[in-house]
Amino acid sequence: MRFSLFNLVRQGLRGHADWPEQWRKAEPARSYDVVIVGGGGHGLATAYYLARRHGIRRVAVLDKGPIGLGNTGRNTTICRSNYLRPESIALYDHALRLWETLSAELDFNVMFSPRGVLMLAHTRHEVEVLERHVHADRLAGVDNVWLSPREAKAVCPPLELRSLRFPVLGAALQRRGGTARHDAVAWGYARAASALGVDICEGCEVGGIRVEAGRLVGLETSKGPIATETAALVAAGHSSVLAAMAGLALPITSHPLQALVSEPLKPCFPCVAMSGTIHAYVSQSDKGELVIGAGTDRYPSYGQKGSPPVIEDALEAVCELFPIFRRVRMLRQWAGIVDVTPDRSPVIGESPIRGLWLNCGWGTGGFKATPGSGHLFAWSIAHGRPHPIVAPFGLERFAAGRPIDEAAAAAVEH
Amino acid sequence: MLLIPCPFCGPREEVEMVCGGEAGAPRPTDPRALDDAAWTAWLYGRVNRKGPQNEVWWHRAGCGRWFLLARDTRDDRVLGSWPIGAAPPAGLGLGEGGG
Ligand SMILES: Cc1cc2nc3c(=O)[nH]c(=O)nc-3n(C[C@H](O)[C@H](O)[C@H](O)COP(=O)(O)OP(=O)(O)OC[C@H]3O[C@@H](n4cnc5c(N)ncnc54)[C@H](O)[C@@H]3O)c2cc1C
Ligand SMILES: [Zn+2]
Repeated sequence: MRFSLFNLVRQGLRGHADWPEQWRKAEPARSYDVVIVGGGGHGLATAYYLARRHGIRRVAVLDKGPIGLGNTGRNTTICRSNYLRPESIALYDHALRLWETLSAELDFNVMFSPRGVLMLAHTRHEVEVLERHVHADRLAGVDNVWLSPREAKAVCPPLELRSLRFPVLGAALQRRGGTARHDAVAWGYARAASALGVDICEGCEVGGIRVEAGRLVGLETSKGPIATETAALVAAGHSSVLAAMAGLALPITSHPLQALVSEPLKPCFPCVAMSGTIHAYVSQSDKGELVIGAGTDRYPSYGQKGSPPVIEDALEAVCELFPIFRRVRMLRQWAGIVDVTPDRSPVIGESPIRGLWLNCGWGTGGFKATPGSGHLFAWSIAHGRPHPIVAPFGLERFAAGRPIDEAAAAAVEH
Repeated sequence: MLLIPCPFCGPREEVEMVCGGEAGAPRPTDPRALDDAAWTAWLYGRVNRKGPQNEVWWHRAGCGRWFLLARDTRDDRVLGSWPIGAAPPAGLGLGEGGG
């Protein structure tokens, strides 16, 4: 059923009792043309674009749990494309342009809100790094402007410019950046993909990958074997665990990334503010909660647990920069397991095993890329070769000595 | 806050420490003898184990020494620690994670 004014009124008059389920609960079939392992935003988007743009509809998305409860449902939803390297700017801006029309494309409100992303500089060094980003982005035709402290305060009135610990020396502002509703992204893609015939199989864990003579032949799952010549691992923090089933060691380390939300407040925070060196970033959700991102734990882990020292660091910085929040109470905190690569750029492309594709390594910052990643990855799978925008992101870049270093753009846990 | 047992100083808070990552991948003695694939595998390949793994840690804000730590990455439970070069406590060798 489409979401339209007519249907809204009609369902409203019936007490909203007859809305149908948004996607079919499918059981896996014996074989598929393409199997996507991982029902986060990236996996679901890939399945949607395979079916929608490339007519490949014998597709399954398998998730060990319910869809969207990995990093997709745990992230702080910042969307932006103000990266440093031309390859990354092209990739993330492709995604940002898809965000702008995504609700209409999916007939599902993903609540994309381009309210502006403000990145603060507190040291000379940060000023230089962020100014360099501004210039790189503008050369690539992507919006990003440098603001004086007073201009930054005009964009973000709660900002304290003269904190002793973290004085604001300037800021970069990407006006087209903002936030989106994370769950809606997973649900919207699932609903649209399911309507096109994609099987979304929840509670179906992949436990083995069958390879014969260097080619993928199938997957072992908790719901039985599935034959397929093409599969994509889109499992974020669990990418290494899955790749190991095919004998691959990825350049990835899994770390918990911490986040928390406050009690709801009246609207008081008009943009997204990020602060790189102190690993803190803030926005206000439509429900009024402050959504606060902190840093990663300093050791690798799969334990999705809160980490007091990391949370404390972030909150100290938030209290310094936004003194009006000092007495706000925090409601919930959590962690997600992010897949960090040495150059902080994702790995996208076919693995050394024919038919086994990888889309991982998005680390602390892949939510913003969800539509672009799915769109370009589906193109690549359908054509059997990487789309030109994702071609530089293949696993080969490490052996070739061509890393795409975004440590400065992404050391900011975003 | 994890309590990390430094084999020299005893249990200390994690913020005194730096985790140097998974143990058990010694630098190849003659890198020039390796082809690109073998060098890349050593430089970038990670086991990233979900389960018990051996790691190198540095007690930066304490004795300043490096040591080996066995930890379960599923729940961060610490299984033991020992000085580099010493024999691991019984049951903590974990094959390749040794040290
Ligand atoms: C606290 C936090 C804050 C973040 N903030 C931002 C931000 O502000 N902006 C931004 O751009 N990014 C942010 N990120 C990063 C972003 O969330 C991720 O990069 C992105 O959501 C990854 O999406 P995904 O679809 O690849 O992975 P996920 O959503 O994690 O999906 C992977 C799925 O794979 C499934 N899976 C794993 N193993 C198996 C198996 N064996 N069989 C079947 N299924 C399996 C999991 O159940 C999971 O549902 C943040 C992350 C965290 C944790
Ligand atoms: Zn010590």
